[in-house]
Amino acid sequence: MPAVALVLGTLFGSLIDLNRPGHYIHWGFVQMSYANLLVIVLMIVVFLAAILIPFKSHKGDGR
Amino acid sequence: MTIVDPKTERPDQADLDKAADRPEDADQWTAKIRTAAVDALPPQKLLPDRQPAYVASWIYVFGVATVAALIVVIGTGLVLAVFGPNWWHVSPTGLFVNSLHLWSVEVFMFSMVIHLWGKFFMAAWRGKRKATWITGVVSFLVTVGAAFTGYLSQQNFDSQWISTQAKDGINSTGAGAIFNVTNFGQMIMWHIVLLPLCIVVIVGIHVLMVRLRGVVTPFPAKGESPGGDSGTPVATGAEVRA
Repeated sequence: MPAVALVLGTLFGSLIDLNRPGHYIHWGFVQMSYANLLVIVLMIVVFLAAILIPFKSHKGDGR
Repeated sequence: MTIVDPKTERPDQADLDKAADRPEDADQWTAKIRTAAVDALPPQKLLPDRQPAYVASWIYVFGVATVAALIVVIGTGLVLAVFGPNWWHVSPTGLFVNSLHLWSVEVFMFSMVIHLWGKFFMAAWRGKRKATWITGVVSFLVTVGAAFTGYLSQQNFDSQWISTQAKDGINSTGAGAIFNVTNFGQMIMWHIVLLPLCIVVIVGIHVLMVRLRGVVTPFPAKGESPGGDSGTPVATGAEVRA
């Protein structure tokens, strides 16, 4: 395995272990994996960031 | 659309020139369609250099990010189709392209959901933009089907497991008679022919509708004139480079 792949694999593997069965949250009849929950949380974070972070316009727009 | 000169009651020459190379061809369906298309979407409107100033926000980036991801999805899908499952399951390059296909779909769905939220809170259907909104909703639903049939087309135990889990759900809707998720041949044809075709056509119409109606205006601030509330562009003159 190339060194870069080994390093990246070890790095991400230490954060997220994909070699075990997934973990799930149970909320009434709702069942969701933590991975899917993480994606939803990330979408909310990116959505809020997209609204709050100023957009750098091109120079010379005369605004 | 034919503009008639009220003085002479004859069609304006410039309009005829736009419709056809020769005036006698102006009533042909080809000339009429071309004229209608150019009237609705002149080249400057189809591919504009500038956008209204309110478009200078990160929330407007996610629509084009979705389209960019779709291009990668289709490109990697074409490569996978050329080399086949033995390649994408075994070869290092095949595994890499397979991963690109998966992760571009992740980016596509991620961007599309943020785009959807942004447009929902802007009420982006204002100002005669209902068709834009509806084509966006339909494209979202079709992409869910495309992603699902993609899981079924992997050709591994994962896809077999998903198909046997899904069949009861699909059968309970009554659609199982014509949409058999355990029929691999049917699922892969839906995944690589029917649904991509639908997505490209619907997204194409969606983008053309955005170009036709323009980007929806923000809600007016408190105490401001409600000119923008209808969603029709306000002629402030403030623009930014696209």
